[in-house]
Amino acid sequence: MRPLGPFYILVILALLAAPLVVVTGVSLNSAQSLRFPPQDLSLRWYAALFQQADWMGPLRNSVAIAALASLLAVAVALPLALHVWARGGWLGRALYTLGVAPFMLPPVITALGFLVFWVSLGMYGQMTATVVSHAVFLVTLPLVTISLGLQAVDPALIEAARVMGATRAKVLRTVVLPLILPYMISGYAFAFVLSLNEYIIAYMVAGFTVETLPIKIFNSLRYGYTPIMGVVSVLFVVIAVVVFGLIGRFGNLPRLLGAERMRE
Amino acid sequence: MTELTLRGLTKRFGATTAVEDVTLDIPNGRFVCLLGPSGCGKTTLLRLIAGLEEPSAGQILVAGQDQTRVPTHRRDFGMVFQSLALFPHLTVAENIAYPLAIRGVDRATRRRRAAELLELVRLPDVGDRRIHQLSGGQRQRVAIARGLAIDPRVFLLDEPLSALDANLREHMQVELRQLQQRLGVTTLVVTHDQKEALTMADMLIVMDQGRVQQTGAPMEIYRDPANAFVAGFIGSTNLLPCRLAGRQIRVAGTTLDLAEGDRVKSADGDAVLSVRPEDVRFAETGLPARVTFIRDLGESVQIVLDLEGREVSAVFTPRDRPEVGLGDTVHLTFEPGRRVVLAP
Amino acid sequence: MSVRDQKATPGWLGAIPAVWLAVLFLVPFAIMLSVSVAHRVPGGFFEPGFELTSYARLFTPFFGRILLTSILIAAGAALICVALAFPFTVILAGMRRRAQTLVLVILLAVLSLSEVIIGFSLSTLLSRTAGVGNLFAWIGLIETSQAYTPGLFALMAGLCYLGFPYAVLVLYPPVSRLDPELGEAARSMGASPLRAFLSVTVPVLRAPILGALILVFVFTLGAYLLPQILGRPRHWTLSVHITDQAIFQSNLPFAAAMAIVLLIVALAMVGLALLLGREREGRA
Repeated sequence: MRPLGPFYILVILALLAAPLVVVTGVSLNSAQSLRFPPQDLSLRWYAALFQQADWMGPLRNSVAIAALASLLAVAVALPLALHVWARGGWLGRALYTLGVAPFMLPPVITALGFLVFWVSLGMYGQMTATVVSHAVFLVTLPLVTISLGLQAVDPALIEAARVMGATRAKVLRTVVLPLILPYMISGYAFAFVLSLNEYIIAYMVAGFTVETLPIKIFNSLRYGYTPIMGVVSVLFVVIAVVVFGLIGRFGNLPRLLGAERMRE
Repeated sequence: MTELTLRGLTKRFGATTAVEDVTLDIPNGRFVCLLGPSGCGKTTLLRLIAGLEEPSAGQILVAGQDQTRVPTHRRDFGMVFQSLALFPHLTVAENIAYPLAIRGVDRATRRRRAAELLELVRLPDVGDRRIHQLSGGQRQRVAIARGLAIDPRVFLLDEPLSALDANLREHMQVELRQLQQRLGVTTLVVTHDQKEALTMADMLIVMDQGRVQQTGAPMEIYRDPANAFVAGFIGSTNLLPCRLAGRQIRVAGTTLDLAEGDRVKSADGDAVLSVRPEDVRFAETGLPARVTFIRDLGESVQIVLDLEGREVSAVFTPRDRPEVGLGDTVHLTFEPGRRVVLAP
Repeated sequence: MSVRDQKATPGWLGAIPAVWLAVLFLVPFAIMLSVSVAHRVPGGFFEPGFELTSYARLFTPFFGRILLTSILIAAGAALICVALAFPFTVILAGMRRRAQTLVLVILLAVLSLSEVIIGFSLSTLLSRTAGVGNLFAWIGLIETSQAYTPGLFALMAGLCYLGFPYAVLVLYPPVSRLDPELGEAARSMGASPLRAFLSVTVPVLRAPILGALILVFVFTLGAYLLPQILGRPRHWTLSVHITDQAIFQSNLPFAAAMAIVLLIVALAMVGLALLLGREREGRA
């Protein structure tokens, strides 16, 4: 088992990497064709992504939506997590369930719910609708990370601050928030990456007017392939690896994902 | 006959060496305690013997046969883990019979053997229960029974009693020792509790910083510690800096002649004098010291003294308790024949 | 304010998320429910009303076939994912922390990838000009390169690619909390590593494995783009049909009715998974 174990892990990781390697290769073709191994290595499609208006627009949309929606998600998740942590009770449990529900259900259900909601409000097709929808959908991630962070806060620290004369607001601002800040940042990062990659909600809520990168790729899939699709894929993989790599480097990723015992 | 032999056993984890060059002979049927402070490498040594870790160097022999590269499951050892590691999905009897089932023993024999073992650990009638229905002490006995199920060649226990409360622990120490004597199985127990080791073992292995500091019978180590670490770790002792010159030592400005039975483990020059608290006595003349604290425990009295800025502890039985009070100055003598001079 | 009542947060703080989620999560569902019983106006959207026409359509062979296809495909993918992911997670949890972190980063990166990108990557990998067909032809396994997409094989590969990291992350907490001494104990008693895995690790974690199967099932049930990119129209799942009805057929009431059914199935499955998790904690 000892030599077999790492071998199994490596085989699976290689299988997971295979499509991405091929796509990276494809993105390096100089001609407008999907060939692997690539012919005449060139970075021209990387430059093209940032020059062609029909790709630049979706790129801008995607980044704006992800940045705003994640911010909104953290802004809602923070009071929710604090409330559940400090007070619990049936309301806390109900809110927490509501907070993790969008993520547990097939996203098409949530997407259709948002579609009829925004249609009723007359906001169908606006970017605000996409941002708010993503914020509701992704609230689960900062909620889970912040809750984990709060569980790790020693109640004695809060009592100590109290004894030393801090008011409730002061305790929250000077003790609790600094302690959970890393968890807020990881929650934001998780939500950001997932928003960037999200397709169906963005599509249902404003797919025809506010094009995001995943929507743009899918549309391009129907009208013929271009290496730019590979470029975007590479970009997304790089963003995800960098973000999660940073969390893994500066945070405790195994604990964030639920491990309790850990061999050093 | 030598049952278990370790030769130059070494285990490194990256840059740190957990176990360094351990060479030992453990005779058949001994009850051995591996004793040392936490992080001294004793658990790693036990896991090396069990085959759960692979040694970086060295050899493990059982009855003269090399076992170093034999995987754990072919060693025919018994082991009790610190967490006990009882299987929650099996009943008590199934847990105990697990090693037999692995070896293809038929069901009827397994059931009979499990019942025998439960009888042996004085837990009849719980065979059909689940593990979570047992108390801590009962689980302990089940884990011991399971470890003994195949009549192991060597029985290994990793801090087996650490989860129990003090009373139950003392009780289980005696019981484990009696059980081992009845079965005669070579047994190795890892513990950090020196009282536990002294209660159970007929052979002690004292470890510190990955190395074996001393091996021997408990009282032998107590009387004749090899170095200051062992003297301080096994029982309590007073360690006083001194100067050794031939058969004379100079302590706190006074010169003492060494007597028959006093042990010298240091070269002339700076050394450390080890005196057990029960060997510190008050007399008309001797080293002057001041009483700073009196701790009356009923069965014994500890008197803490200040000897030229050094703390010295003396222990008396209630019967020979000296009549002294806080702040009194007394004169100390150290029982001749029971003093040990160690290298600094 | 009494001393005893000094909670760490003010009571009104919970109102912010409560209002937010009620308005933006519960209200849409309520609207969706009302739409599912509304009257369809062909060519337009719908008008309010109460009729069960859309639900009645769910009892047709057409819908039955879609539901069966969706369930079979998702269940198959869930089985493969968990079967691959369980040993993976057990090995992973035994690795050192740095190695674990590295593998987790890779898994998270793959998990977060858009279905579009996974679909595009796999269709490229399985294509004639840039994929494994080339490789197989080059090493002489087949005469000339061929495409392996679209088709059921490509779709299952895609769903497993999507579901595998999810399965690992669902299994990771219970597996990493498992006392490693249990497996060591089995080995000290003579069980080979494989035997220890099968006779101790798997049965002890029976409930989490079942829970993971269900969660991965629900997760792959939600796949929307992969059936379109990697599968043929007959492999289209409920998610695809819901969108198709809502966007291209402009039949919102029917789409909503299908979504409600999917919601009930998913809720029931997730509830079952949570129940299994609770039973496990109760026994431990």
